[in-house]
Amino acid sequence: MKLTLKIWRQDSANSKGKMQTYPIDGIEGDMSFLEMLDVLNEGLINKGETPVEFDHDCREGICGSCSLQINGEPHGPDRMVTTCQLHMRSFKDGDTITIEPFRAKAFPVIKDLIVDRSAFDRIQQSGGYVSVNTSGNTLDANAIPINKQDADSAFAAAACIGCGACVAACKNASAMLFTSAKVSQYALLPQGQVEATERVENMVRQMDLEGFGNCTNTGACEIECPKGISLENIARLNREFLSANIKG
Amino acid sequence: MSVLDSKVPKGPLDQKWTAHKNKINLVNPANKRKIDVIVVGTGLAGGAAAASLAELGYNVKTFCYQDSPRRAHSIAAQGGINASKNYQGDGDSNYRLFYDTVKGGDYRSREANVYRLAEVSGNIIDQCVAQGVPFAREYGGQLDNRSFGGVLVSRTFYAKGQTGQQLLLGAYSAMNRQINRGKITPYNRHEMLDLVLVDGKARGIIARDLVTGAIERHSAHAVVLASGGYGNVFFLSTNAMGSNVMAAWRAHRRGAYFANPCFTQIHPTCIPVSGDHQSKLTLMSESLRNDGRIWVPAKKEDADAIRNGKLKPTQIAEEDRDYFLERRYPAFGNLVPRDVASRAAKERCDAGFGVNKTGEAVYLDFDAAIMRYGKEKALISGQKDASDTEVRVLGEEIIAAKYGNLFQMYEKIVDENPYKTPMMIYPAVHYTMGGLWVDYNLQTTIPGCFAAGEANFSDHGANRLGASALMQGLADGYFVLPSTIGDYLADDIATGTIPTDSPEFEAAEKEVTDRMAKMKAGKGLHSVDYYHKKLGKIMWNKCGMSRNEKELKEAIEEIAALRADFWENVKIPGDINTKNQELEKAGRVADFLELGELFAKDALTRNESCGGHFREEYQTPEGEALRDDENFKFVSAWEYKGAPKDAVLHKEELVYENIEVKTRSYK
Amino acid sequence: MSGIPSSSIARKIIMALSGLFLVVFLGQHFVINITSVIAPDTFNTWSHFMGYNPLVQYALQPVLIGGVIVHFVMGFVLEIQNRKARGVRYFKYNGGANASWISRNMIISGATVLAFLFVHMYDFWFHEMVYKYVEFSPEDPTRYYTETVEKFHSPIKTGLYVISFVLLALHLLHGFASSFQTMGVNNKYSAAIKTFTKVYAIVIPLGFAFIAIYHHLNPITQ
Repeated sequence: MKLTLKIWRQDSANSKGKMQTYPIDGIEGDMSFLEMLDVLNEGLINKGETPVEFDHDCREGICGSCSLQINGEPHGPDRMVTTCQLHMRSFKDGDTITIEPFRAKAFPVIKDLIVDRSAFDRIQQSGGYVSVNTSGNTLDANAIPINKQDADSAFAAAACIGCGACVAACKNASAMLFTSAKVSQYALLPQGQVEATERVENMVRQMDLEGFGNCTNTGACEIECPKGISLENIARLNREFLSANIKG
Repeated sequence: MSVLDSKVPKGPLDQKWTAHKNKINLVNPANKRKIDVIVVGTGLAGGAAAASLAELGYNVKTFCYQDSPRRAHSIAAQGGINASKNYQGDGDSNYRLFYDTVKGGDYRSREANVYRLAEVSGNIIDQCVAQGVPFAREYGGQLDNRSFGGVLVSRTFYAKGQTGQQLLLGAYSAMNRQINRGKITPYNRHEMLDLVLVDGKARGIIARDLVTGAIERHSAHAVVLASGGYGNVFFLSTNAMGSNVMAAWRAHRRGAYFANPCFTQIHPTCIPVSGDHQSKLTLMSESLRNDGRIWVPAKKEDADAIRNGKLKPTQIAEEDRDYFLERRYPAFGNLVPRDVASRAAKERCDAGFGVNKTGEAVYLDFDAAIMRYGKEKALISGQKDASDTEVRVLGEEIIAAKYGNLFQMYEKIVDENPYKTPMMIYPAVHYTMGGLWVDYNLQTTIPGCFAAGEANFSDHGANRLGASALMQGLADGYFVLPSTIGDYLADDIATGTIPTDSPEFEAAEKEVTDRMAKMKAGKGLHSVDYYHKKLGKIMWNKCGMSRNEKELKEAIEEIAALRADFWENVKIPGDINTKNQELEKAGRVADFLELGELFAKDALTRNESCGGHFREEYQTPEGEALRDDENFKFVSAWEYKGAPKDAVLHKEELVYENIEVKTRSYK
Repeated sequence: MSGIPSSSIARKIIMALSGLFLVVFLGQHFVINITSVIAPDTFNTWSHFMGYNPLVQYALQPVLIGGVIVHFVMGFVLEIQNRKARGVRYFKYNGGANASWISRNMIISGATVLAFLFVHMYDFWFHEMVYKYVEFSPEDPTRYYTETVEKFHSPIKTGLYVISFVLLALHLLHGFASSFQTMGVNNKYSAAIKTFTKVYAIVIPLGFAFIAIYHHLNPITQ
């Protein structure tokens, strides 16, 4: 396969970036998208140019490192996959592929296609936990039975990999799907309910402070989420927020 | 007497840990505030340790090369976590879990450590549930369990196929709570480049800020290394791209002994390599072997025809298929332990029966299971004379319910429908049992330097059982280290902050910068990946699933030559003082080039076959592993003396007082 | 911008509540208007009541105007914030791949409806205000029907109204259902609520359009 790549290049956070065009040849359908970029980089290194930097690690769709906006969509055109799981057979010979970093004011570019997603960490730090010490004397794991449906829904919310595709896809760069996934996981479990009020208030406050946009319920996040995190979680977050404020 | 003191407490096995905890020194809460601890790596072991130590009151600094602690590779563990809760009432106990683990490890692990692991395993589940980890549950609201390979009870807790992810996010949430309280300072996108010793004690690290390229000095009263395994020495493995041995290897160079480097687990069910561009291998859960039958064509000409694309697997008649695991191991069949299954697949492929275009793959066939389940379902639902097509549809539905997400993942990668054509699988490097030698307190041979999780060698012997890695990481991090580190730190309450302007820090930083400058000064002939791939080929071909004296000796020579070539000719584009992924990779590969040689030397020294280590010279006439308990019932701990070939071997004899040492048989 | 709640969700809830209020008003407005097609006398009676009842005039009317202002001002505030939240624009953004045009362009449909409101207010409300409070014309409970039909004499104005109603429908198609999501409604009735909002979003504006076209085609001939 012969392709034309248009890639965002930017030296550092403070420098100005621009789109740059690279022709590439010899790409096979069995390659993953990131392996295609490996081939590009090997070529650039051998030519004495600086390779394109991008975040990646597990390359099996679970660590949430990879984060490319491909042809205007986070993680590319396929559904329920991360960029590392996207294969080149999804493209045709002669295609032009645009590759950009995830864009949000809260995700500043570090270099080329790498962005700083530490805003997500700070949202979690503000309340995404249950305050329990590791004493070895906690309640027996089966002491509180949990309805299977709730446990399954909590798992479905907890499956979020924190990649940021929701923010990248959202026309408002809103982080509501991410925040709601964590709030939902704990809201659905008895262990999380004790601190529910402070959690939702603190996490939403931090989310706003980071400069993410507002949710306008377009649903783009749910469609682009590689883990299929549902919009129901956003409704639950809204509900939790309302009841936290009514309770005061 | 060996220089290695395991410090295993005296007394009966089941009382050692409690007695030890009662006797060791404690640090009072006011003094804990004066003590700093560095934790390198934020996976299950590191994340859990950091959170627990911070809860206790220590000032913790965490380091990870990823952009967030949540991305550590523990996240990729699929199957589950063992614990001897005996919720199923099927006779499980701490002793049984201990016994299975020691036996599964082919009698090359330390009894007292393994027993402690079993003892705290139940607490881990309690702790995780309290943190809000959404484990799978039954309809009655109780926790569900699964069975895993090689054991006779159901003791595996799980969260779908993402158990590692959920446990890691639990540890990460515990960390977040401490970060929010200011007790943990996280240094993400930071890589430890060296360990700093002051007066023979670990007192800090040199780290590089991967974003700015700045070299930083960080001091502490103790350093915990929880930086994972070194499977990426093979280039292709199921490890994350960034997984590396740098932290452990730097500590090794500073005096920490490296134990059993040759004990590596090759997992039998991974998606085969599709071409030279391949950057990483993907695991398919062991659970698939419950229903899949593994086979290759019985006739070589059929295998050739398949490789050339002239024949499809479904066209091979039943009598022309060789179900080699069922043939060789009638008792356990397709459910033999990982090491045995992997070697058998390699044997068939080496003999020319492999099936994909590279000849390195075997089939994992669900057809029999589909038809079996389909018939059952048809009968239950009253279709007494269902046609084959109807039965197949019903059977596929059942398989989809059990393994749907794995089948989908396979189809995404290979672009073939595994319901219609058998899956192709091949073994791949997955886990490293070897690592830094530690005593019962998880302290390395450097005072103040501790190692936890996959980075140490302690609990899995020569082969790890499924669902035990998560258990060990969390046991070390949540329950063992927070107790044992206090014993060491009790002497440091009056030390005060360790200054970073000492000559020791000065010298360590200079070494680090010189090393980078030397790397950058290479002639620029080949990229870092070029060397990494070459190293991987040597390791896979000569130190892989089966090893022999001749090839191990060749490997030692070849790796040494490759290392010399690397230092002379490597090409690193860009600047040292900026974000530079090639420079990051180069530092890691440089260490792999040393570890690889020690690995081969360790394999060469161990003249026996045990667990994941199979020496062709030591096998039974039927081709099974032949252990030598008389001469090799010890842990090899290597002391650094410059070049890996000069490393000095220290032996820790293994004593089995509570378990009878037997030959494993799966026939 | 003091007085505007600082939390993004609180702002969203205000958007949803004011929107829901306007949706209810729209329903009531429609019920009165449709009588102009069915029973002109009823239309006159009800219109007169709305125009001269003190509760409607001095309590409900200001609330309504307030609701409209809150909804629009908040809409623009959110839009500005949302644009800022992106930072650097994408070189290529394939928004159509994952979200409907309607949901992504509420500001366009909303602004059109706002523009229409000015026309509409000029046509009816402004006229009423002048009639009642400037010219101090006498009460005439029979004038409304004729005046209304007269307004749709011009094909251009009728067309303008119809186009606005189409955009109103688009706005409601996303907005009405969306307000329930924002209020956190998510239960076994969610699907039914969604269907109801979609039907409402189409039927009410189309009904308004029908009324406009009907009056255009059936002028009062004397």
